[in-house]
Amino acid sequence: MRRLSLKRLWAMARKEWLHIRRDSRSLAMAFAVPGLMVVLFGYVITFDVRDIHMAVLDQSHTTQSRDLVDAFRSSGYFRVTRQLDDDAEIAPLLTRGSVRLVLVIPPDFSKHLAAAEPAPVQALVDGGDANTASIAINYAQAIVTSYSATAVLKGVPLPVPIAVDSRVWYNEDLKSSSMIVPGLMATIMMILSALLTSLTIAREWERGTMEQLAATPVHRLEVILGKLLPYLGIGAIDIVLVAVVGGIVFAVPFRGNPVLLMVTAMLFLVGAQGLGMFISAATKSQFLATQLAMITTFLPATLLSGLMFDLSSMPKVLQVISLAVPARYFITATRGIFLKGVGLDVLWGQALGMALFALAGLALAVHAFKKEIA
Amino acid sequence: MTVLGLDVGRLVQLVRKEARQTFRDPRALRVIFLAPIIQLVVFGYAVTTDVKDAAMIVYDRDHTTESRELVQALTAGGYFRVAAVASRADQMADALDHGSAILALEIPRGFQADLAAGGPASVQLLIDGTTSNTATVAQAYASQIILRFGQEHVVHIGRSAAMPAAAGTGTALPGVDLRVRAWYNPNLESRVYNVPGVVGNLMMLMALLLTTLAVVRERELGTLEQLMVSPLKPAELIVGKTLPVVGIALVDLALITTVATLWFAIPLRGTFAMLGLASLAYVICGLGIGLLISTVSDTTQEAFMTMFMFFLPAMIFSGFFFPVENMPVFFQYVTLLDPVRYYVAAVRAIFLKGAGLAVLWPQVVTLFGMGGAILWLAATRFHKTTA
Repeated sequence: MRRLSLKRLWAMARKEWLHIRRDSRSLAMAFAVPGLMVVLFGYVITFDVRDIHMAVLDQSHTTQSRDLVDAFRSSGYFRVTRQLDDDAEIAPLLTRGSVRLVLVIPPDFSKHLAAAEPAPVQALVDGGDANTASIAINYAQAIVTSYSATAVLKGVPLPVPIAVDSRVWYNEDLKSSSMIVPGLMATIMMILSALLTSLTIAREWERGTMEQLAATPVHRLEVILGKLLPYLGIGAIDIVLVAVVGGIVFAVPFRGNPVLLMVTAMLFLVGAQGLGMFISAATKSQFLATQLAMITTFLPATLLSGLMFDLSSMPKVLQVISLAVPARYFITATRGIFLKGVGLDVLWGQALGMALFALAGLALAVHAFKKEIA
Repeated sequence: MTVLGLDVGRLVQLVRKEARQTFRDPRALRVIFLAPIIQLVVFGYAVTTDVKDAAMIVYDRDHTTESRELVQALTAGGYFRVAAVASRADQMADALDHGSAILALEIPRGFQADLAAGGPASVQLLIDGTTSNTATVAQAYASQIILRFGQEHVVHIGRSAAMPAAAGTGTALPGVDLRVRAWYNPNLESRVYNVPGVVGNLMMLMALLLTTLAVVRERELGTLEQLMVSPLKPAELIVGKTLPVVGIALVDLALITTVATLWFAIPLRGTFAMLGLASLAYVICGLGIGLLISTVSDTTQEAFMTMFMFFLPAMIFSGFFFPVENMPVFFQYVTLLDPVRYYVAAVRAIFLKGAGLAVLWPQVVTLFGMGGAILWLAATRFHKTTA
């Protein structure tokens, strides 16, 4: 076996770079997609619920009932868009989706309050979107509780037996973009790396240049590493791009060590690109390779990685499957580095996982490539 | 025989050719019929915004019946589980750093004594905000459960001198009692809302993929020119190419609907005819966009990339993952251009609310209008690029 030669490796990398430069659509994709995705996801994905449209059916028509409605209005969470006179109006409103919540205050509302009895009011909620609905219900409960405590029981304060001092760490304002942007770094890199590299070996097969490559005195590890290098460069630029856009546009804090981020990111990129090359060498067809790369990365990296949806709320089977999704570990690492500012003492498990993924990706790619050449 | 200026005989021949070409490829068959089912199942289970069994670390410094009851109250609803018990304060920070718990509860010494004295007894909650959606919901649930525990406890031990009415009515408290009823989805399961949304995305993907590939493949193989010199009119060519896609998409719709209702027990409260009508309008949009993409792509490779660039924003703007009304105002206007948005809204209303044309006519009309416009644009471009 020949020794690895840096010169040959460099020549391979240069050749690959020329290919990339000529394919303008792929090149555009390599840089436009990360920027586009960060801006889109950062702005559009928001779990914050504000300005919930609501309607009021006030059958009580008293100062107290108007005060309660005012409490909803001034909370900043609800916007009263309709005043109803008849309960027949409720159903069409909810069906059309023009309001999410209808507050019904019955006629004897003030009477109950005056007698210091429980005074029932009803909230009819459009439960379709369960997430928004539960948040709206929570807001409504809080408003009603505080209204009860202050305005109604004048002189008879409702006891507040337990004072909950609750503090949010790492992402104090609970901003969705702080959660999404570090996670996106992993998802974008996974999809893009696998997609771009899935073309490289299949292209040589389709164009018939594979025999030429096989005939040149170049070691197969040199071929794989040489082909990886340009993509690694693109990936590194993308990582920096996402971090900078996240920091400037969305003010995502960066509390950890940039070196640790770059090292884990590089390991992750090698793994993802190795996987892409493996697919490329195994399928020998550009079209099939892109499709396969898409299937194996897109859904897992977006849905089973914890990017948007909490893994611990999923069924056990999916949780077990998600253990095989590399993006999952990298997302834990990026969030830890960006938001928690933790180092290798906490993230060593993830770093080790990335290293294994990189080794596995490379080994798979080299192995698949060897069979073809022989 | 001719209909609308198109020769039916030639059309049938072309449709037969397309169908044969599509079904000959077992890989294509898998994409058409198996992929939607797999994706539906994965989405149905994975897209969940419910908070269940969130890991909590408890640092109980009071060690009383009351403090244990508080922990029990938190775990009883199924929202939280005790993942660890801390014996030192720094173990809480450690657990949050490692992510082994997303919630830390500290019950200080004297909790029970303060509670017995009528309060306020204080407890501390630390929440990991890195996953902001879970954190928001977890914080709200936990605060509410603790608050209610305190109030019920006070009433229960008979400290009700200030509230005579409450003494006799068990746990009912004076003041306003909010009774919540959720319509359409009484248990507030996110799946009920998300699965119909998946239908919208899968249908778009199918229509795009099949149309684009049907055209670009012929261009790559060089057989598109043969078709052009055949006596087929351009309109016949387009209709013949797209008709099988409409058929396949509608079969997929039936398939997905069956799985959604039988496997996921999603209620279909509206009619299948209404679903079919909205889907037809939507598939026409998809076909048009697919044809447009095929006019700017020379290879399947390019077509695939362009499709990805269109599909991703279309999915994000559709309101499928996140409600349109929560987006920044500018992006809310952008969503008006996204056909997926109208269809997802329609499908959800048909499934959950049983809405008919009386409610959904704006969506259906918009989709037909969009579909017609896109198809017309695609057809004119198609002539130019192939002629």
